Amino acid sequence: MMRTSDQDIVWKPRLARGVRLKYDEIRGEWLLLAPERVIKANAIAVEILQRCDGTATFAAIVDDLAAQFSAGRARVEADVRALLEELAAKRMVDL
Amino acid sequence: MTALPARLDSKERVAPPVALLAELTHRCPLGCPYCSNPLALDARADELDTSEWARVFSQAAALGVLHAHLSGGEPAARHDLALIVAHCAKAGLYTNLITSGIGLTVDRIKELADAGLDHAQLSIQDSDASSADRIAGYNGAFSRKQAVAEWIVQAGLPLTANAVIHRANILRAGAIVRLAVALGARRVEIAHTQFYGWALANRAALMPTAAQAESAIAEVEALKKTYAGIIVIDHVIPDYHARYPKACMGGWAKRGLNITPSGKALPCHAAETIPDLVFWNVRDRSIEDIWTNSPAFNAFRGEDWMREPCRSCPRKTIDYGGCRCQALALSGDAREADPVCHLSPHHNKVLKVAVLAAQGEDAGAAAFSYRRMPLREPA
Repeated sequence: MMRTSDQDIVWKPRLARGVRLKYDEIRGEWLLLAPERVIKANAIAVEILQRCDGTATFAAIVDDLAAQFSAGRARVEADVRALLEELAAKRMVDL
Repeated sequence: MTALPARLDSKERVAPPVALLAELTHRCPLGCPYCSNPLALDARADELDTSEWARVFSQAAALGVLHAHLSGGEPAARHDLALIVAHCAKAGLYTNLITSGIGLTVDRIKELADAGLDHAQLSIQDSDASSADRIAGYNGAFSRKQAVAEWIVQAGLPLTANAVIHRANILRAGAIVRLAVALGARRVEIAHTQFYGWALANRAALMPTAAQAESAIAEVEALKKTYAGIIVIDHVIPDYHARYPKACMGGWAKRGLNITPSGKALPCHAAETIPDLVFWNVRDRSIEDIWTNSPAFNAFRGEDWMREPCRSCPRKTIDYGGCRCQALALSGDAREADPVCHLSPHHNKVLKVAVLAAQGEDAGAAAFSYRRMPLREPA
């Protein structure tokens, strides 16, 4: 059961120092650049990561995305959490 | 960077490189016996100057390079390192410093961070101080590196520790991972020695036994789970003990290029060991021209050069026949399958070398042939 916890109201995710989201003009795609890593970022990941600026809370990011894309909040929250947890495991997002 | 690269109009478009490794200098205070630099080192007088490197990085970024690796030798031996970092950052390149740490100070690290450095990679020779200093051929290297790691972390830069694993430190592969965690690294590279150049010259002293290699591999793999979310472990396993070859360089002239201190463009560190390859120089040609048209880059690009057993092998798009330099070193012909592959007719030579080299009595304490410049030049 996915639900917003107290922690999600204080958690302000951001890309770790040394991780960069970049639009690559040459290849025409969004890329996540990290030490020895280049990861293609799909459109959903880009929308999520552009909001992870270290000032917006996890809950606010989910609200924003759900409103902008008229999507169910639970579904959006699951997507955002999955992406950020995956990147945190790679030490690319600061928790 | 508004000009459209000509290759977009070309029918046979070569995908752009992802990474450029710049050997800013071959000068280095350390003498690691597995150094990836060639046996014949470039002299300081022949090094590209600041503006030449700036041109190289601008051209590389325009071509599509994403990662700039500033390496050496010891890149901190260059007084213009911060200028080069600033130029890379301005060109939009993800800029990584590959350093021994010797020559860096707290102020210099701050200067590099301010110039836009994205990441620093610090070499660690061993988790045991006296062994580390012996491997580096430099007294005090271990303790200096501890300080440098702290300064890098304090400057807010993400740190990778990297260690080359061989007979003299393989029993401490796990301890080296733990050291990297203690130093505050977010990532650690545990790379078992690849035998080219200096490492090939020192193979008898560096080659672990198969049992040592297996045990170290298992230990490091287990630590990946222990340290999940704390440190990322990139593990390069020893290919002399493997069944299939590594996808060397991610394929010849497919992902990246190396530039030597004097400007020679190489598809990989050891490419100059292959006879009859023609290398172009960034002093004469643009990075795009070199990447697309250099004879050395096209020599083993794609699959046309392959012989059996590679040509009909389903793995040819996975490992690209392995390493050309290793094929040359072990079979005498760079067009052969990498003899590390158990399908290679030369595979028995690898087994023989691995067994013989590892049989030397207490090989881990054997004398190293240290990597040294032929002439000691004023800094």
